[in-house]
Amino acid sequence: MLGISVLLYTVLALAPGDPFSELAQNPAVPPEVAAALRAKFGLDDPVWVRYGHWFTSMMRGDWGFSFVSRMDVDTLILQRLPTTLIVIGAAQLIAILVALPVGVLAGIRPYSVFDQVANTLAFIGFSLPTFFTGLLLILVFSIQLDWLPFVYRADINATGWKFYWEHIKQSIMPVMVLGLFQGASLVRYVRSSVLDVVKLDYVITARSKGIGERKVVTKHVVRNALIPVVTLVMLQMPVVFGGAIVTEQIFRVPGIGSLLISAMLANDTPVVMAVTFVFSCLVVLCNLIADVLYAWLDPRISYR
Amino acid sequence: MTVAQSAPTGVAAQPAATAVAARKKQHFSPWREVWRRFSRHRLALASSVVLGLIVATVVFGPFVWTVPINEIDFAAKLQGPSWAHPLGTDDLGQDVLARMIYGGRISLAVGLAAMVVAIFVGVLVGAIAGMASGKVDAALMWLADLFLSLPTLPLLLLIIYLFRDSLKAVFGVEGGIFIMIVVVIGGLRWMPAARLVRAQFLSLREKEFVEAARALGASRSRQVIQHILPNALGPVIVAATIDVAAAIIQESTLSFLGLGFPPDIPTWGRLLADAKDYLDIAPHWALASGAAIFLTVLSINFIGDGLRDALDPRRVI
Amino acid sequence: MVETLLEIHGLKTWFKTDDGMVRAVDGVDLRIDHGETVGVVGESGCGKTVTARSVLKLIDMPPGRFEDGKILWRGRDLIPLNDEEMNKIRAREIAIIFQEPMTSLNPVYTVGDQIAEVIALHQNLGRKQAMEGAAEMLRLVNIPNPQRRVHDYPHQFSGGMRQRVMIAMALSCQPKLLIADEPTTALDVTIQAQILELMHEMKDRFGMAIMLITHAMGVVAETCQRVTVMYAGKVVEEAPVGELFGQPRHPYTQGLIRSIPRVDRAAEKKQRLEAISGTVPSLLDPPPGCRFAARCRYASDICVSEMPPLKEVAPGHLVRCVL
Repeated sequence: MLGISVLLYTVLALAPGDPFSELAQNPAVPPEVAAALRAKFGLDDPVWVRYGHWFTSMMRGDWGFSFVSRMDVDTLILQRLPTTLIVIGAAQLIAILVALPVGVLAGIRPYSVFDQVANTLAFIGFSLPTFFTGLLLILVFSIQLDWLPFVYRADINATGWKFYWEHIKQSIMPVMVLGLFQGASLVRYVRSSVLDVVKLDYVITARSKGIGERKVVTKHVVRNALIPVVTLVMLQMPVVFGGAIVTEQIFRVPGIGSLLISAMLANDTPVVMAVTFVFSCLVVLCNLIADVLYAWLDPRISYR
Repeated sequence: MTVAQSAPTGVAAQPAATAVAARKKQHFSPWREVWRRFSRHRLALASSVVLGLIVATVVFGPFVWTVPINEIDFAAKLQGPSWAHPLGTDDLGQDVLARMIYGGRISLAVGLAAMVVAIFVGVLVGAIAGMASGKVDAALMWLADLFLSLPTLPLLLLIIYLFRDSLKAVFGVEGGIFIMIVVVIGGLRWMPAARLVRAQFLSLREKEFVEAARALGASRSRQVIQHILPNALGPVIVAATIDVAAAIIQESTLSFLGLGFPPDIPTWGRLLADAKDYLDIAPHWALASGAAIFLTVLSINFIGDGLRDALDPRRVI
Repeated sequence: MVETLLEIHGLKTWFKTDDGMVRAVDGVDLRIDHGETVGVVGESGCGKTVTARSVLKLIDMPPGRFEDGKILWRGRDLIPLNDEEMNKIRAREIAIIFQEPMTSLNPVYTVGDQIAEVIALHQNLGRKQAMEGAAEMLRLVNIPNPQRRVHDYPHQFSGGMRQRVMIAMALSCQPKLLIADEPTTALDVTIQAQILELMHEMKDRFGMAIMLITHAMGVVAETCQRVTVMYAGKVVEEAPVGELFGQPRHPYTQGLIRSIPRVDRAAEKKQRLEAISGTVPSLLDPPPGCRFAARCRYASDICVSEMPPLKEVAPGHLVRCVL
């Protein structure tokens, strides 16, 4: 965690030119205010002090003030974070639900027709950049068929079932885009893991016990093959965040990904810094979860 | 028949196995064997052809198709494919095909250059980590883990956001952006290659390095490096192809989001970004640019897979 | 009249590989009667493990296939049986233990679970009773504290203990035949003796037959009643144990016996430890004649050109050699 934030801040600090120069150029802000802000943000202090300030204020939850949106950054982020998390979560869930059975089936019958088809589809899946898939889906489902809306609105004037249905309808495409992309690479990983496990001695032992091939696979093979896959899913989260940024742009989902982009295009530095900080926290969290899950699933690892 | 392996194969075992196989293959012609196995992978072969076509088009295209890329012609805007404009025109009447050929050069160049950076840094770090030991190795691996867990796209965006202006001042608009994108994309992808090379060193170090160092004196250690590195060639080549594909996707993503090359430079991602607002009336525009990225990346991925099968001795019928 | 449990006739298990057809087992006959211990010896790669696994059809069938032959279990040919029917025989009538106790147990389930799995399936018991049965089996194989250890994971046991767990698992349904594929090769010498003794004890208790596969002649001498010697996918000699060691007829067997380190003999007169020169022929493209010919000191022209048949040279003693 420390490492990531040091890196981030180093990058920021190394940036030649004052990140607040934009502010200074903003005609709406009178020069005295700009000077006062500079003093307040301690821009004249050496790098270490600035980093310390920034880090502690981040940790304390004081994320500064967005120059563009005119509201506190943390409110801004908290408004949009749940949307992003829901979309990412749903996408990963779909990816796992699809990739697991396909990967296992492909792994236990390598080079069969099913395996070859699955492999090819997986390759196609992760060679398609998410923005292209998104646009394709929009083209087909929104424009040609007019089944699904392609602009995501967080405020829908409906109640009860209709409310949820509308939400789901507009979420399907972004979730599918992300989920399919993730699912494609996951299929390959699951298959590879299953291939590795199926060769191991204890699988032959299991077969020799006469418990039937299906049980051998579901009970013995899958349980072991899943361990590296689960940690991989968690460690792939940074990639998913990246994909989410793109998807939010295309479908205009009001999450923190699109917030990042619009902040960058508007030179709204505090927001940029804060969003990146949030991403880093999420990544660290996922790493932690990966470690814990791995220890939980594999009895050979103990934390004693 | 070989009795099933008793231990799960980890990353360390694979390069070692490749090393053994690579040494064995040196008795017969090594590249012929690799080619034989590669050519059995039909999709990889097909992809090589496709990729070859794409590269040829991009390199030689401008000499054949001489329509300028920024000839604005409002009368012809947003037209579908026709003889004059095989891929149609965009919202300014510019020829999509010409723009795509030009953009292709940039995208491919970025992909290759980023890969070179990634592999160079990766091999260097991996070699140092593998040869040194203890603290240096541990520190480098900690660094690799750190980099691996960084969210690439956000970080990429951040760096570009911060340094865009200054680099423009030094290198000029195109050059500056190019260097920055290549260095950043490549700089975030060195870890897999480093791991592979390091594993190779660790597995061979005990044998060859110690023997050779004793027998020939430490000044010959460079020869030893030359022995160890080629054995890592296989997995590194596979990693390199993946890097090219990933770099192309990342550059396109950056351009698509508007944070890559300047808007007037028609990289494939940029074309797609411009096209997305006209999806309902001029789908051909988006489809062409998207398909270009897709096909290029797909063929690179298939080739990489074919290479992996060709260079990996563990494949079973 | 002792019942013949297992009869293998002319078994050929071949494997399709990139480089061609590997004839791992190329015409093997074997017989095991009720209650007897039969040793199968030979060097690595001679086909003993493949033979053993073929009996329970544990070979991966896409690369492997049964080219020819019959495996008769109590009169019934196992080769045409489908998976469902084989599963009734596995563990219940024929059980197998493997060479590497380190990796033969699933690391993510407790040993109790793994033993109980077999018990629950074949004896139709509920989970609680199956676990009790598992603990009882652990006690039987002399694992201390069985009630507690039944909840431990394989990595919490030492190599020798894991092999005991394997034996417990294999014997939990009281099979008539135990196939032991090099059960002690991966263990320390002292533990080896313990395991062999345990197997003997179990055999007496359950009246089991054992197919003991090994490349250690010393072990065979101690434990087996009959011995089959395999080389390059074929049986080259078969005899009661005393006869085999006393009067080995095949040059390969003679070589094997001579290569056992004998401390007593070496003490008497200086004797070089003998090894058999040369290497095993390729199983991809075996030579047409006797497969041992290239390494045999008595080889003649006819040895190289023709495969000698298995002849009975004394009651119960078969040899595949022209001598």
